[in-house]
Amino acid sequence: MAKVLEMRGITKQFPRVLANDHVYFDLEHGEIHALVGENGSGKSTLMSILYGLYQKDAGEIIVRGQHVEITEPRRAIDLRIGMVFQHFMLVEPLTVAENIVLGSEIRKGPFLDYKKMIAEVRRLSEEYGLQIDPEAKIADLSVGLQQRVEILKALYRGAEILILDEPTAVLTPQEVDDLIQVLRNLKAKGTSIVFITHKIKEVLAVSDRVSVLRRGRKIGTKLTSDTNEQELAEMMVGRVVLLQVEKGSAQPGPEVLRLEGVSVKDQFGQVKVNNVNLSVRSGEVLGIAGVEGNGQSELVEAIAGLRRVSGGKIYLSGQDITGWSPLRIRRAGFGFVPEDRHRRGLVLDYSVADNLILGIHGSKPFVTSAGLRNQGKIGEYAEELIAEYDVRPPVANQAVRNLSGGNQQKVVVAREFAQNPDLLICSQPTRGVDVGAIEFIHKQVIAQRDRGAAVLLVSAELDEVLSLSDRVAVMYNGEIVSVMPIEEATEHKLGFLMLGGRLEDYQAGEVSGSAGQS
Amino acid sequence: MGDILAMLFNTTVFAAAFRMATPLIFAALGGILSERSGVVNIALEGMMLIGSFTAMLVTYLTGMPWVGVLGAMAAGGLIGLIHAVFCVRYRANQVVTGTAINIFAGGLTVFLLRHFFQVAGTSPAVTVIPDITLPILSKIPWIDRILGRQNPLVYLALVAVAVVHVVIYRTTWGLRLRAVGEHPQAADTVGVNVFRMRYIAVVLSGALAGLGGTYLSIAHLSRFSEGMTAGRGFIALAAVIFGKWTPLGALGACLFFGYGDALQMRLQDIGIPTQFMNMLPYVLTMVALAGFIGRAVGPKAAGEPYIKG
Ligand SMILES: Nc1ncnc2c1ncn2[C@@H]1O[C@H](COP(=O)(O)OP(=O)(O)OP(=O)(O)O)[C@@H](O)[C@H]1O
Ligand SMILES: [Mg+2]
Repeated sequence: MAKVLEMRGITKQFPRVLANDHVYFDLEHGEIHALVGENGSGKSTLMSILYGLYQKDAGEIIVRGQHVEITEPRRAIDLRIGMVFQHFMLVEPLTVAENIVLGSEIRKGPFLDYKKMIAEVRRLSEEYGLQIDPEAKIADLSVGLQQRVEILKALYRGAEILILDEPTAVLTPQEVDDLIQVLRNLKAKGTSIVFITHKIKEVLAVSDRVSVLRRGRKIGTKLTSDTNEQELAEMMVGRVVLLQVEKGSAQPGPEVLRLEGVSVKDQFGQVKVNNVNLSVRSGEVLGIAGVEGNGQSELVEAIAGLRRVSGGKIYLSGQDITGWSPLRIRRAGFGFVPEDRHRRGLVLDYSVADNLILGIHGSKPFVTSAGLRNQGKIGEYAEELIAEYDVRPPVANQAVRNLSGGNQQKVVVAREFAQNPDLLICSQPTRGVDVGAIEFIHKQVIAQRDRGAAVLLVSAELDEVLSLSDRVAVMYNGEIVSVMPIEEATEHKLGFLMLGGRLEDYQAGEVSGSAGQS
Repeated sequence: MGDILAMLFNTTVFAAAFRMATPLIFAALGGILSERSGVVNIALEGMMLIGSFTAMLVTYLTGMPWVGVLGAMAAGGLIGLIHAVFCVRYRANQVVTGTAINIFAGGLTVFLLRHFFQVAGTSPAVTVIPDITLPILSKIPWIDRILGRQNPLVYLALVAVAVVHVVIYRTTWGLRLRAVGEHPQAADTVGVNVFRMRYIAVVLSGALAGLGGTYLSIAHLSRFSEGMTAGRGFIALAAVIFGKWTPLGALGACLFFGYGDALQMRLQDIGIPTQFMNMLPYVLTMVALAGFIGRAVGPKAAGEPYIKG
């Protein structure tokens, strides 16, 4: 087959890291080429160079046999290269059609030709099976639909080479299936696709070839049919990886968290959590399974004191903490890994060290008796955690913003776990995190459990819920519809309940067909 | 009671409201363009002041007030360019730069007034743009008493609102403008030149603010006096926020503030202090910002310099 793209000897040096070190990468016509590697291994950098956002320090790029210099995105677009970014590039108050045409508008003189724009978006969305309302505002769309808009944006510009940077990290399992179908359609129509992901299962499901980067270097390229999960994981991390969590059975102790009839409304007054009763004991992991948007986030934020409850009581170690401030709840023995690390978990412009002491920055060792910051102690503490949690690069005084996603997540986990809280809530703890880090974070969660913490785990990954939990609760439409010991939970059963199926029906064996009508 | 109602709904007051609103409308439109592109422009006040002065000076020199108008727009645009160079190119803090321009404009106009006319305080009188009668409007009863006979700049302000509205919502340039002020990186990744968009928007913003200043010195009055904008640039800024960064919303806000201004004299007669009416725009802005009339959220990237890559 013909090569549509070749990148040779690509090198990129950032102030502190060599992000790409003589990387070779190629793409054949009509193939899906998966690009995998640990957090910070240089995947996004390599593709940003291809799209003209970063300039390479050395190397050459050959597109359809021609040597090219891609100095800005415009040039990449002209070469029919399209990119769907890890963090979407959509203008929220604008409509779908406006976002899609932006920069290459359909015009009548100086005016936008809305009629033609909308018709064109309709045509594209039908041609590629990407259903979307051209006149909807981006802000009103789900993440999955926003991603569709991103893909349509690239296709509208005639992209024949499509780069998707971690497109599945933010999707629900159903949306991931849809996306994979879309990619197969695109491939059938002759689009060549670069697919970046951390999920080896997706690599195996969708790609033709897979390339692995590690610390800026290309480790190898394999035919997907010639490799397997274990081998890829080892190539990525450079050592044997345990894909299955090792854990003994739980030794549950006294009850730590108790929810009595808790209800939560969102800012528009809609009930998001409805009369939830739940109990988590010391030394156990309770997993909450559920399609995103069924009230998990609101429930967790209510426990953390970030959202007001509209009814019910929350008890932490026997104390009624309903309506307490977040700080007071934390001091009562609460640790929280929030689902959105950028919004709730980190101050991106603060250093790693300062992020590691957030929340305890005002207490003993970090403040001198004169009330000033104790830099020495802060530094020591940060170095310790950075080493223990393997944050890379191991530099305490650099801004968290410059860390890769997975390493940002490690900073949050380190801060929260290091406090040894009685109650630990982990929301999507491994979102966007590489296999090595997943293994690590999973181990830490189990270690916290074995230390005696009560752990409440919320995850969109059924695999994760199943492998970490001792008990599983299913949340649907704001309610806990079922709680079961892990022995009774299967992927199939949870999937059925998550879509609104009733336990009685499942037990009666009416499992097939009718569950997915939502 | 009937007296008060008669005073509130008086066509003379309405007509005055349009006149008082005119400089505000131009400046607010300028503010909208600038903020929509992602550059906060609190320099509207200074740009207006320089516009007022230049309009007077050019009219004095040429005897042609419409040339004065062009001069004022050019001067405003030049100040806009300075603001843009600092904010876009050198990524200076936009509020600090704006404040500096306001202070600079105050000093410069005083200096130039003395330099050219050897006077302090007030310039000599110059030719003004005369009022005109619009044949169509003057045939509609009631409306004719408000808008039938006005200064051409008053009509121009209303036309400008419509034009800016169409530009922002209907043209390619407007779409790019909205994108650049909201999510510059998204615009950049589809090949829109963020820097160029911001330069153009801020220069236009200055030209419009300068045009607003024109009305004060060669239409409303026939001379320039020191500090004659008297905070109108800030009121225009308030109108931008109150009108939620839309031309029509800002028009409404400007007319409302202009109405308050027009009413002032009369209210004083019945014992309501002028200061109260002067406060009104700012109080309303705070109310708007506090979210009492729905969310007043501006362009997301306003105030943040764009750094590529
Ligand atoms: N603008 C930047 N300035 C400085 N360093 C950067 C910058 N962008 C990335 N880096 C560094 O370059 C390295 C590669 O980052 P890159 O984002 O390419 O990793 P990645 O493989 O995409 O990781 P992830 O899977 O977490 O998204 C990381 O160490 C990162 O911290
Ligand atoms: Mg990345």
